[in-house]
Amino acid sequence: MSAGQEAEVVLRLDRISKSFGALKANDAVSLTLRRGEVVALLGENGAGKTTLMNILFGHYVADEGEVQVFGQPLPPGNPRAALAAGVGMVHQHFTLAGNLTVLDNIRLGTEGLWSRSHSGARDKVERLSRDFGLAVHPDAKVGRLSVGERQRVEILKALYRDARILILDEPTAVLTPQESDALFATLRKATALGLSVIFISHKLHEVMAIADRCVVLRHGRVVGEVDTQTTDKGALAALMVGGELSLPRAEARVAGPVLMRLDGVSTPDRGAAPGLKAVTLDLRAGQITGLAGVSGNGQAALAEIVGGLALPASGRIVLKDTPVTRWSPGEALARGVARIPEDRHHQGSIADFDLTENAVLEGYRTRFSRRGWMNWRAARAFAEGIIKGYDVRCPGPDTRIRLLSGGNMQKLILGRAMAPGPEVILANQPVRGLDVGAIAYVQSQLIAARDRGAAVLLISEDLDEIMGLSDVIHVMSQGRLSPGFTRGTMTAAELGLWMAGQKFGDADAA
Amino acid sequence: MSEIVDILISASFWAAVIRIASPLILATMGELICERAGVLNLGIEGIMVIGAFTGWMAVYQGMPLWGGVAVAMGAGMLFGLLHATLTVPFGLSQHVVGLGVTLFATASASFAYRLMLPEVTSPPKIEPFQPLEIPVLGDLPWLGEALFSQTALTWAAFAVAGLVAFTLYRTPLGLAVRAVGENPAAVEAQGLSVTGLRMGAVIVGSGLMAVGGAFLTLSAFSSFFFEMVNGRGWICVALVVFGAWKPGKAVLGAILFAAFDALQIRLQQTDLGAVLPYQLFLALPFILSILALILMSRRAEVPAALMVPYNKGER
Repeated sequence: MSAGQEAEVVLRLDRISKSFGALKANDAVSLTLRRGEVVALLGENGAGKTTLMNILFGHYVADEGEVQVFGQPLPPGNPRAALAAGVGMVHQHFTLAGNLTVLDNIRLGTEGLWSRSHSGARDKVERLSRDFGLAVHPDAKVGRLSVGERQRVEILKALYRDARILILDEPTAVLTPQESDALFATLRKATALGLSVIFISHKLHEVMAIADRCVVLRHGRVVGEVDTQTTDKGALAALMVGGELSLPRAEARVAGPVLMRLDGVSTPDRGAAPGLKAVTLDLRAGQITGLAGVSGNGQAALAEIVGGLALPASGRIVLKDTPVTRWSPGEALARGVARIPEDRHHQGSIADFDLTENAVLEGYRTRFSRRGWMNWRAARAFAEGIIKGYDVRCPGPDTRIRLLSGGNMQKLILGRAMAPGPEVILANQPVRGLDVGAIAYVQSQLIAARDRGAAVLLISEDLDEIMGLSDVIHVMSQGRLSPGFTRGTMTAAELGLWMAGQKFGDADAA
Repeated sequence: MSEIVDILISASFWAAVIRIASPLILATMGELICERAGVLNLGIEGIMVIGAFTGWMAVYQGMPLWGGVAVAMGAGMLFGLLHATLTVPFGLSQHVVGLGVTLFATASASFAYRLMLPEVTSPPKIEPFQPLEIPVLGDLPWLGEALFSQTALTWAAFAVAGLVAFTLYRTPLGLAVRAVGENPAAVEAQGLSVTGLRMGAVIVGSGLMAVGGAFLTLSAFSSFFFEMVNGRGWICVALVVFGAWKPGKAVLGAILFAAFDALQIRLQQTDLGAVLPYQLFLALPFILSILALILMSRRAEVPAALMVPYNKGER
């Protein structure tokens, strides 16, 4: 696209406003999208990105404002009209039926319900899949596909309906780095063919990599629109959160005594997931121990051992010089182990319970009940304390936790874990899927816990996070644990070799 | 043992199996459609009673037999509409609504019966469907009697099963029904109406259940008794699970259950019947069905959104 020669405007959102009760989710948001362009919609969780796109796609009706596609106003609240106008949306939570094949998912809704099935569908899907580099077998059952493949099906669905405008809502949140790269390649092919893309994200480096322009939302309003050529990550982050913000970095400290030791712990393999192979690991007071590694290399098994969910097949767990004889989640909690689970939706909370109930999940039998009766007054006060102390943004302790954003949910879980003043903290992927503000908050809390003398085990796939926070770094590969590397002695490239498993051979040989 | 073999090779046994299976097939297809769309319809037992009653009453009042079938279907669809309204747009508990519909439908039949026939002590009889004469096939030795001496409603039951299977797997409508029971958000995102599809499925399914009930009064027997449905609706709910939500396997399940049922009636009349209490024989088809259910349903793929109400726009 040469300068001065502006491409055709394919989509115009004009002063869209939408309120949910007292919350103004979108406040006079305007946006234009041109042919062949990728516009990133950037903002923290709760900034109104998804609401805006749901209005565009007809899932919600705007209170005010108009959507124009190719110059024509789009009737509000009608997904069918949006589809017909050439808007295709790839939702954050996939809208696929797992019992159907890829082809059936794509065909769904494209033919009259009372007509016979159309036979050209397969050819078209195969052609699109070739043209856009979206490899997936049309007859595969969607329920058996990987997350990356499902996303390709979602994109194919939109392309099959001849979408000219693709909206992708946080598409990389669920992808591996390799899958993200493949997605970006597909998007480049699409824009080269004249499609336009709206890319919703809160990951700055991705926005810089793929977008031409970037519209930043904060608290439902557009706070900036910048060309990615003329900006940098820092400026974007500042726009997003409304001020300069830097992620916390922990300064080195002198470590205390070993609070928890895994001594030659092994666990059996579970299908494709390797078990632990004679892992010896010391968690010291006043130290963050980072555990790096590609997902699925035994981190889950290690987290289960530390959290009391599993027993070692061989080897010992030693707490402050005393080997444990009984080990269970309850025992772990009683001995001062706190857990921030990997999956806050499935392991960390009960979606339809309110904040009070979720806050006391780890202590309702000990701290919040007497002789079998719940002390709801204390429970509620406890929940209110967390909400206040950890800045959980919510209408109140009676809110069901499913209504909270990921960041606020994680803050409640964090507050719950920290409340008893734990000695050992298992933080498994504590910031996955959170926005910049929440990440900074959670990380600073982990550092604070370390500074007051807790031993923190930080498990993450994000090397930047591991290297920024950890005093000691171990790498896991195929269930084996590398030696501990103290802060600043390893580069990312060297850790990468350990993650790939190459260095373990050297160590064995030596 | 030889007695069992004698029973199994008799043509009349197989004719009975198919006759007993027919109402089960009709109602099972109805339940299967509902569940494929994501709605468990426990109104089935009551809707079968309503179908049995209205079909019979319509014929007793002078309508032709097929008119009775149509009336039964219409009545079933009305109760289906009630069920669908409560469970789909209002999103109420499908268990509670289903049991409520069963109680309501059963009581309505009883109420209407007493209102319309206040004086009678034994219910009046009608002239039911007669076995169709099938040329050539019906004249075959053994096979003719065993398989081809059935009423038109039995043929209709098997035709319905074929139609349901074809629609589910070969048409865009069936695709949409299967998708709405698995992930309604997928249907919504493709511009189709979740509410419309689910309500339609429940209403049509309920109509089929009622025709299954009407089979009892219009084809199997010639009169209406209050206890005549006798748990067949619940059996159909189990048959859907047994068939792993697939029409073909569900039909096989219905035939299997019918065979157990036909077998126990005949066993009661053998020497064994003189020794063992008859209740044991009555329980036999249910016990065997439970065993078969356990064996068959292990790997079944349950529609993922079964019993999950869909509220547009909720996380």
